[in-house]
Amino acid sequence: MIYKLQFGELLPYWDVLLQGLIFTIVLTVVSTFAGIAVGTAGASVRTFGPKWLGGVVAAYVELVRNTPFIVQLFFIFFGLPAAGVKLSETTAAFLAMTINLGAYSTEIIRAGIEAVPKGHIEAGVSLAMTKWEVLRHIILKQAFQKIYPALSSQIIIVMLGSAVVSQISAQDLTYAANFVASRNFRNFEVYLFAALAYLLLAMLTRSLLRGLGRILFKAK
Amino acid sequence: MLQFSFWDILSNLLIATQWTIVLSLIAFVCGGIVGLILLFMRTSQIAPLEWFTKIYIELFQGTPLLMQLFLFFFGIALFDVEVSPWMAATMALTFWTSAFLAEIWRGCVESIPRGQWEASSSLALNYIEQMRYVILPQASRIAIAPTVGFSVQVVKGTALASIIGFVELTKAGTMLNNATFRPFVVYSLVALIYFCLCFPLSWCAKKIESRLNVAR
Repeated sequence: MIYKLQFGELLPYWDVLLQGLIFTIVLTVVSTFAGIAVGTAGASVRTFGPKWLGGVVAAYVELVRNTPFIVQLFFIFFGLPAAGVKLSETTAAFLAMTINLGAYSTEIIRAGIEAVPKGHIEAGVSLAMTKWEVLRHIILKQAFQKIYPALSSQIIIVMLGSAVVSQISAQDLTYAANFVASRNFRNFEVYLFAALAYLLLAMLTRSLLRGLGRILFKAK
Repeated sequence: MLQFSFWDILSNLLIATQWTIVLSLIAFVCGGIVGLILLFMRTSQIAPLEWFTKIYIELFQGTPLLMQLFLFFFGIALFDVEVSPWMAATMALTFWTSAFLAEIWRGCVESIPRGQWEASSSLALNYIEQMRYVILPQASRIAIAPTVGFSVQVVKGTALASIIGFVELTKAGTMLNNATFRPFVVYSLVALIYFCLCFPLSWCAKKIESRLNVAR
């Protein structure tokens, strides 16, 4: 028997799928900004902060990097309420994504900070710049320029990883696909469509980030 | 009603951990073999083969692993084949792993100086011999650290097999949670076990990497 793919049966559900896609995009964009903020703070603390705080950050990074995202998600959504912190599925998804990207970007940004030559920092200090000015204008600026490609690919990895948030019923693209599949039983078509949407999104994000990088770091 | 003590939870999770390990090993070994084939195709300088691997890698790296699991699970069934979660999980994880390993190894092969290729071809070695005797022995030295590092991703990737119903560590955690209603304890333990599996691997990768940097 040869199976005939019937994508036409997805049409009545276009609004559900579109909403899912929009949620995935919003989730990615918001947690990208929040995650990079966490990462910048984490990396700064690890290189310049007090030792004990650096240790805490290192533990956070290792803990997140060595456990699956889905377990982090389940821990936040199912585990934390038992400890008294109740979160909606959307909040839990945003929080888990931010924590996840935060850990990875801490490691990436730290590598960038360590690659800044010491002489540049000394030069900044000798120009009577304050600590914050040195961090902001000399260290972070150069660090981000260096690690931008690595950070971009991490953002795409996190975007693809976000498919998992459907498991706590956050209503992203995968959730929408599950919903449609449960209605019209065209499992393969729905998931193929969703997979292609993710692929397109990943390619689009990549070229968008590349373009943004060209604008941001014009000097080179 | 059956009561679960802390040790019952832990021992059940550890039993399921065996499946996480088995699935990771199979995915990693099979993925490595497929990845090696892809690597040969990718660096073969034969246009159709290169295009095929490029598209293959783009497809598997550009879509979520979860979608790949679903597609294998529901896709194979279209050919009137009975699909077990076990089969879908091993296949999806194998192909996913192979795409990433092929890309990692390609980077290592390309970092070998052009002169090595030219020297070996002037010694009348053909492509396979060049790879076998000249390029791969040098590239594999650089490849070890990122490969070990990627094995962490494979172990973490197996957690997604729980979604299509394969009983491994994460699925066992969900089932135990449903039975005991102690999510905080259960998921903490699950996370801890994953950490114990993955951390030694990441640590090794870091150590190997720093050792190679010293040599340079």
